[in-house]
Amino acid sequence: MKNRKVKLMQGNEACVEGALAAGMKFYAGYPITPSTEIAEICSQKLPLVGGKFIQMEDEIAGMAATIGGSLAGLKSMTATSGPGFSLKQENIGYAALAEVPCVIVDVQRAGPSTGLPTAPSQGDIMQAKWGTHGDHPVIALSPTSVKETFDLTVKCFNLSEKYRTPVMLMLDEIVGHMREKIEIPEADEIEIYDRKKPTQDEVDTYKAYRVNEGEIVPAMASFGEGFHFHVTGLMHDEFGFPSNDADTADKLLRRIMNKISDNVDDIVMFEEEFMEDAEMVVLAYGGTYRSARSAVKKARAMGLKVGLFKAITIWPFREKRVIEIAKDQKKILVPELNLGQYVLEVERIVAGKTEVHSLGKVNGEAITPDEILAKIREVL
Amino acid sequence: MVNQKEIRLSGSGGQGLILGGIILAEAAILDGNNAIQSQSYGPEARGGASKAEVIISNEAIDYPKVDKADLLLALTEVAYKKYIKTLKEDGILIVDSSVNIEDKNPSYKVMQIPILDTAFEKMGKGMVANIVALGVIREVTNVVSAESLEKAVLNRVPRGTEELNKKALMEGYLLASNRD
Repeated sequence: MKNRKVKLMQGNEACVEGALAAGMKFYAGYPITPSTEIAEICSQKLPLVGGKFIQMEDEIAGMAATIGGSLAGLKSMTATSGPGFSLKQENIGYAALAEVPCVIVDVQRAGPSTGLPTAPSQGDIMQAKWGTHGDHPVIALSPTSVKETFDLTVKCFNLSEKYRTPVMLMLDEIVGHMREKIEIPEADEIEIYDRKKPTQDEVDTYKAYRVNEGEIVPAMASFGEGFHFHVTGLMHDEFGFPSNDADTADKLLRRIMNKISDNVDDIVMFEEEFMEDAEMVVLAYGGTYRSARSAVKKARAMGLKVGLFKAITIWPFREKRVIEIAKDQKKILVPELNLGQYVLEVERIVAGKTEVHSLGKVNGEAITPDEILAKIREVL
Repeated sequence: MVNQKEIRLSGSGGQGLILGGIILAEAAILDGNNAIQSQSYGPEARGGASKAEVIISNEAIDYPKVDKADLLLALTEVAYKKYIKTLKEDGILIVDSSVNIEDKNPSYKVMQIPILDTAFEKMGKGMVANIVALGVIREVTNVVSAESLEKAVLNRVPRGTEELNKKALMEGYLLASNRD
């Protein structure tokens, strides 16, 4: 039997532990409630593993430094909440186009603007997808428990390294600040993916943005290891130099979009329960999933045929499965701590094949199981 | 059978109630149960009404917040007034003796206990009020074992204060048992 450590741990703390387990060596950010513990614990723990922590002058610079750390070869992370997430958006787009792996944590609080700093929200779900301008690849995961926060933070690093893209961990204040029992896996139980680097004999022939045969993304050299390459937020050729050429731009943007859309099966995670005979499905994510699970169990105890779908990967979305659910004529209810964001994506995919209902809440309090149960009874 | 207890610790900011909640949850985990601790607080760090919530269960805990509490601890009048409505009808109210109880004929059980007085006057250390309160709660509810609670307290308190905190727990046990 493994001798795993059992602890009471906060979600934000589990995020840092997961990042360290994944090999994070650099954190740059600007602290903001309810994400502050992440910066605080990184500042304590990174120096102990030979890593670096830097508090920048604002969130924009925090994101820029995170990109710089990754280009220098270190697995890098930043964390923030809504107001800071807004500020980071331009540089998130830069990381997407320049294909710089990094992890951005957003511990969502009630917005818009500075809103309710200490209250939970899931109001940044659409911003995770559309916050930065232009078409761009997006991967975003959202944990429902402290243990899942650990696991998904590791997964965020792995996906970012594998697909050379920024990956977002969409925490919320409920999970970020809650303390719960966690069994920390041992190092040899954790799967780690490191970016592919060019070999030293390629020093003279290296093209920073050329995808080698059989690979998903270009091999990534670290700055300072002798490889020459150029990084830009402009459309660029295989050397990384800016280009205005129509074919080059089209090819590049389609390539970075397709590296995600061609690998949805590898990226998307979801879980289902109580589905077989369900006439209705509650589709939930993040902290609200816990209320949904409690509500579905109560509904089942009352004899109501309700299923439960947990979206773990928020972006990209598991379209294939949701279309199947819709074709089975199961009604879908999406409870979320906003006025109906993710439900829009569900409606888009379902395209009228079944009823889709929304349950939104924005007063700064969690959605209760009884509120979801009441909506279930209304819909069924 | 699911055995789930929901506890709300309330008072003013700075009374150590969140630490108290963490210790209670850690004691429950040492007992082999599941536990979740959460809190709500305003932007201010001290003063104001503060609460910590703990759910202890022998099963997985889905919804992490306390709605109606099985037990409410209120160390101040402000906290008592704010949270008394969230106590279950057959719940237990443990309230500091300094608090004026308005409800003359409540359905819930009321225990008025001099927690703050014991910490400040008898022990001369107001900061152990949270630990005294944990002792009272344990003795009244049996929700955690005495062995695990002591271990959890000692894991969390600053070095050099172990004996003081052990004594605070003991005072809590005595306060609760003297009432029966």
